[in-house]
Amino acid sequence: MSLDKATVASIATLARLRVPDDRLEPMVDELNNILGWIEQLSEVDTDTVAPLASVTGHSLPLREDVVTDGGYPDRVTANAPESVHGFYAVPKVVE
Amino acid sequence: MASLLDFSLVDARAALAAREISSVELTRAYIDQMAATAGRNAYITATPDKALAMAEASDTRLAKGEGGAMEGLPIAIKDLFCTEGVLTTAGSHILGGFIPPYESTVSSNLWASGAVMLGKTNLDEFAMGSANVTSYYGPVENPWRSTDAPDKKRVPGGSSGGSAAAVAGRAALAATGTDTGGSIRQPASFCGIVGMKPTYGRCSRWGIVAFASSLDQAGPMTRTVSDAALMLGAMAGHDPKDSTSAAEPMADLSAALGQDVKGMRIGVPAEYRMDGMPREIDALWSQGIQWLRDAGAEIVDISLPHTKYALPTYYIIAPAEASSNLARYDGVRYGLRVDGDSLAEMYANTRGEGFGPEVQRRIMIGTYVLSAGYYDAYYLKAQKVRALIRRDFDLAFETVDAILTPTAPSDAFAIGENEDDPIKMYLNDVFTVPASLAGLPGVSVPVGLSARGLPLGLQVLGRMFDEGSVVRAGRALELAAGFDVSAAAREG
Amino acid sequence: MAGPYRIQGETGEWEVVLGLEVHAQVTSHAKLFSGSSTTFGAEPNTQVSLVDAAMPGMLPVINRECVEQAVRTGLALRAKINLRSVFDRKNYFYADLPQGYQISQYKDPIVGEGEIVLDLPGGETKTVGIERLHLEQDAGKSLHDQHPTKSYIDLNRSGVALMEIVSKPDLRSPEEAAFYVKKLRSILRYIGTCDGNMQEGSMRADINVSVRKPGDPLGTRCEIKNMNSVRFIQQAIEYEARRQIEIIEGGGSIDQETRLFDSSRGETRSMRSKEDAHDYRYFPDPDLLPLELDPSRVAALQAGLPELPDAKKARFMAGFSLSSYDAAILVEERATADWYEVLARGRDAKLAANWMITELFGALNKPGINLADSPVSADALGGLIDLIADGTISGRQAKDVFAEMFETGKDAAAIVEEKGLKQVSDSGAIEALIDEVLADNPDKLAEYKAGKDKLFGFFVGQTMKKSQGKANPGMVNEMLKAKLSG
Ligand SMILES: [Mg+2]
Ligand SMILES: [Zn+2]
Repeated sequence: MSLDKATVASIATLARLRVPDDRLEPMVDELNNILGWIEQLSEVDTDTVAPLASVTGHSLPLREDVVTDGGYPDRVTANAPESVHGFYAVPKVVE
Repeated sequence: MASLLDFSLVDARAALAAREISSVELTRAYIDQMAATAGRNAYITATPDKALAMAEASDTRLAKGEGGAMEGLPIAIKDLFCTEGVLTTAGSHILGGFIPPYESTVSSNLWASGAVMLGKTNLDEFAMGSANVTSYYGPVENPWRSTDAPDKKRVPGGSSGGSAAAVAGRAALAATGTDTGGSIRQPASFCGIVGMKPTYGRCSRWGIVAFASSLDQAGPMTRTVSDAALMLGAMAGHDPKDSTSAAEPMADLSAALGQDVKGMRIGVPAEYRMDGMPREIDALWSQGIQWLRDAGAEIVDISLPHTKYALPTYYIIAPAEASSNLARYDGVRYGLRVDGDSLAEMYANTRGEGFGPEVQRRIMIGTYVLSAGYYDAYYLKAQKVRALIRRDFDLAFETVDAILTPTAPSDAFAIGENEDDPIKMYLNDVFTVPASLAGLPGVSVPVGLSARGLPLGLQVLGRMFDEGSVVRAGRALELAAGFDVSAAAREG
Repeated sequence: MAGPYRIQGETGEWEVVLGLEVHAQVTSHAKLFSGSSTTFGAEPNTQVSLVDAAMPGMLPVINRECVEQAVRTGLALRAKINLRSVFDRKNYFYADLPQGYQISQYKDPIVGEGEIVLDLPGGETKTVGIERLHLEQDAGKSLHDQHPTKSYIDLNRSGVALMEIVSKPDLRSPEEAAFYVKKLRSILRYIGTCDGNMQEGSMRADINVSVRKPGDPLGTRCEIKNMNSVRFIQQAIEYEARRQIEIIEGGGSIDQETRLFDSSRGETRSMRSKEDAHDYRYFPDPDLLPLELDPSRVAALQAGLPELPDAKKARFMAGFSLSSYDAAILVEERATADWYEVLARGRDAKLAANWMITELFGALNKPGINLADSPVSADALGGLIDLIADGTISGRQAKDVFAEMFETGKDAAAIVEEKGLKQVSDSGAIEALIDEVLADNPDKLAEYKAGKDKLFGFFVGQTMKKSQGKANPGMVNEMLKAKLSG
C-alpha cells in the first residue's frame, strides 16, 4: 500500500493539519518509507490471535453516581484563547 | 565533606533526617547548578522561588521530626506532567502559555511525600522522540562528551532527555520521566543514570499529557537503583481517577534491595542479539550476564520470537492512539490558536503551526492506519502481534524471574545525527519497546562506558507487577558494575 | 389500520422505509465519565469538569448508574445484554466536541437485539426490531446566533450519558414512526432511565428515510438529524419521502447524506457541516478497559424492573375488560395507569375508563394541564361515578357536575346537594308527572293511540322537562311505556 500525494493531502485534512504544498511531496516519501517498514508485520500469522485489549487483564472500574466535580467555569475557560460571557468563542459555524 | 550535589536521594534523605543539612541548603545548591548548566537546556521552566518555599516548609516539618518519604528532596518534573499554576508545555508550541488549573496525580503524590519542585524539564514534543531534538524549546545537551570528539554536543536520549540530563548533570537530585516505548530507559542509558519504568498501571496517568494511552507510564530517573525504588514508592499507587490504574500491591522494594540474586533465574533472549549491534554493547551485555552469574543467579537462554516485530507494531499503535489523543489541541480551550476564516481553517492553521514535524508525521501515520478500510490491516493486526509479543514474555516468565538485555543499541550520538531518517531514530527503542507493548516493568542501570567514554546501560525486565525482581537484579548489576555516576558532573 | 401507507407518485405507489436512531439522555446525577452534574439549564460552562473540557491528561471513569440504566433499558426492550462490551473512540473535529472524539460503543455495544411493540389505532399492534443500544457521551452546545462572526460553545452537556437506541428499518409510515417514539418514550419513563423530555433535548431522533416501490429492495437512505418533536418527525418524513420520490421519478438518484429539518419551512436540507464524508476512525478507547457485567447483577436489575406498559395493558384488557385502544391510552404513562387503577378499584372499570379518557382527558387537554395537577382527583372522580351508579344522578347530569368539579375542585356529592340535582327516582312522583303530561296533551295522546308511535319521544321529553331534568330517564321510559300500552 503506497500513498500518493492526494491521499496524503486528504489524511492531512482528516487530521486537521495544514500542510504547505512544498511539504506535501516530502511527506509522501516519509510516510511511504515508514509504512513500507511497517509492512513487515504481514509476515506474522495472526489468524487465530485475539487482539490485546489490556495488558493488565483488568476490567473497567465503575464509579458511583455522585456529583463531585464542576462548578468552576473560571478554571474551565482560564486558558481559552477567546472566551465571551463564560462561553468559548470560535469562528462562526454554519450548519 | 562531599558536595551537596553528590548525595544520592537516599543519602540526602538520611542527611536531612539527621539534620546534617537543610532542605533549603540542598535546594539552593541545585538552583545554583541549574543556573550554571542552563546552557544544556535541560529545563523548560525553572521554579526556584517555589522550590525554596517548598524547601522551607520541608525544613519546618523535618525540624519537628515529621516528613514524608521524599521530604525536602529537590527534584525535577518532566514537562509532560501538568503542574498547577506552572506552565506545562509537553515540549510543544501548541500548548504555549498553558497553565494547568490542576496537578497530576504523580506529582501530587511526590509533593505529598515532601519532595521539592525545581522546575519542568525539557522533552521531545509530546514525548515523541528518542533524542530530545523535537522539542519546540530546543534540543537538550547531554552532560557527557565523548573522548574522541569532545567538542561535539551529544543528545541525552529521549523523550525524557531533560530529566536524564538534569539528573546526570547534577541539576536535579532526581526527576520524573515517562516511558511510552523507552523514554525513561533509553535516556537513562545515554546519560549514565538509572531509569525505571514500572508496570503499566502502577503510576496514575491522570494529569500527564497523553501520548499513547495504552503504553504511557511514569517512572523515576535517579542516580541509583535504591533511589529509583524510593522515588517509585512515592510516585505509584492506585488512583480511581485513572481507569487503567492498578490496585495490585507493590512489592517491598527496600527488602528487594537488600536481597542478592542468589537463586534468581535470569533470562537472556537470543533475539536481542541483533545484526549490526555494536560489538561493545554485546560485550557489555555478556559482562552483565557474567556479573549476575557470579552473584549466584542462574542464567537461562530464552527466546522471544516476535521481538523483531515490536518496533513496527509500536509504530502503528502509538501513532494511532496519539492521533486521537492529540485531537484536543484545537485552539478552542487552551494553548495556541492561529486564526482562520472558518472553524476548519482555524483548526488546520493552529495544528499545522502548533505541532512540529515529528508530531505531525505521527498524527498522519496514526490517522491513516485508523482510517476506513485500513483499520484491520494495520491497527487490528498490530494489536494481535502485540498479543503475541506479550505471550512470548508470559512463556519466558514461566521459566525465569527476570530478563537481562542491553537498554539501547548505541551510546549517545551527537546532536544532528540520525535526524535524516525517522526509522533510524525509531531503532533507538528496539530493546525497550517490546516490554512497553507487554506492559512489563523494566529498569536501565548504568554499567559501563563505550570505547569513546560514553555511558551504556543494561536493562532488567520483570513480570507484570514484579518490580521487586527488577529492583533486585538491577541492584546486583549496579553493585557489580560500580559505575561512577558523578563522572558527568565533573566532565561538565 | 386502513391498509398500508403509500405515497402516490407519477409512476405509481411508493412505500416509505424508516429506521430510527433515538438518543435518550440517561437519567443520572453525574455525567457518564466525569463527576459533574447533568442538571438542565445551568449557566454556561458551570457544569463542566476538567475531564469534560478535555484538559490535557484528563481521563474518563465510568458512572455505574449509567451502565445499569442502559442494562435496565435493554431488559425492558427484551434485548440481549452483552456481558462484555467495549468503549470506542469516534474521531471527528467539532467545536463542541472537546476531546476531538466521542466515546461511544461501536463493535461491541452493551445491548444487542430486542423489540418494541407498537400500539396502533384500532387496537392493532406491530412489533419493531431493535438493532442495538449503546452508551455514549453527549457533545456540548454551539450557539450560532449570538454574534455575527462567532459561535459560542457551552460544554454543560458535554459528557452527559446518552443511550443510542437503533431500530431496525421496520417502520413504514410517519404515523408508525410517531408511535414508535411514543412507545419508546413510554418504556423509558416507566423504568426511569430517561425523562423523555423532548423539548429539553432528552430525547432526539435521527431518522433514516428511504423509499421504494412495494416489494423492491431497499433504496438509498438519507438521515434526518436531531428531531425533537413527534409532530416534526412526521412532517419531516412526509417531506423527505416526497422529495426522494420526485428525484427518482425525475430520473435522478438519491445521495446518501445527512439532512436537517427546517420546521419553519417544513423542509429538509443538506447539512453543510457534515458535507465532507466522515471517516470516524473508530478504535477501542485505550483509557478504558472492557466493561464486564456480572450476570447476577443483571438478574437483579431484571427483577427490579416495574410492570412494563405491555404487561400492564394486557392486565387491564383482561382484568378490566378494556379495549386494546383504551388500555393502550391508559398505560402510556405509569402515573396515568396508577391513577386509573385507583379510580377503577371497586367500580365499573369500563365506565371509569370512559370517564377518564373522554371527560377528564378532554378537560385537561384544553388548558394543557398534566394529570398530576388535575383539579379532580381519582377519588373525587370515583365519587362522581358512584353517584351515577347508585342512580343519584343521571349521566347527563354528571357531565355538568364534572364541569363544576373541574372548575371549583369541590366534590361531586356537595355539588349535587348544593344544586339540588338529585335525580328523581320516586315512582309515585314520576307517575304524577306523567299523568300531568298526558292530561295536558289529550290530542297527542289520541294520535299516539291511533298508531303514531313516534310521539313516544315527545311524552318522554315533556316529562323530563316537567321534572326540570331530574327525573330518572330510565324510569320515565319504563313507566310511560306501561302507561301508554295500558
Ligand atoms: Mg447516529
Ligand atoms: Zn450517537
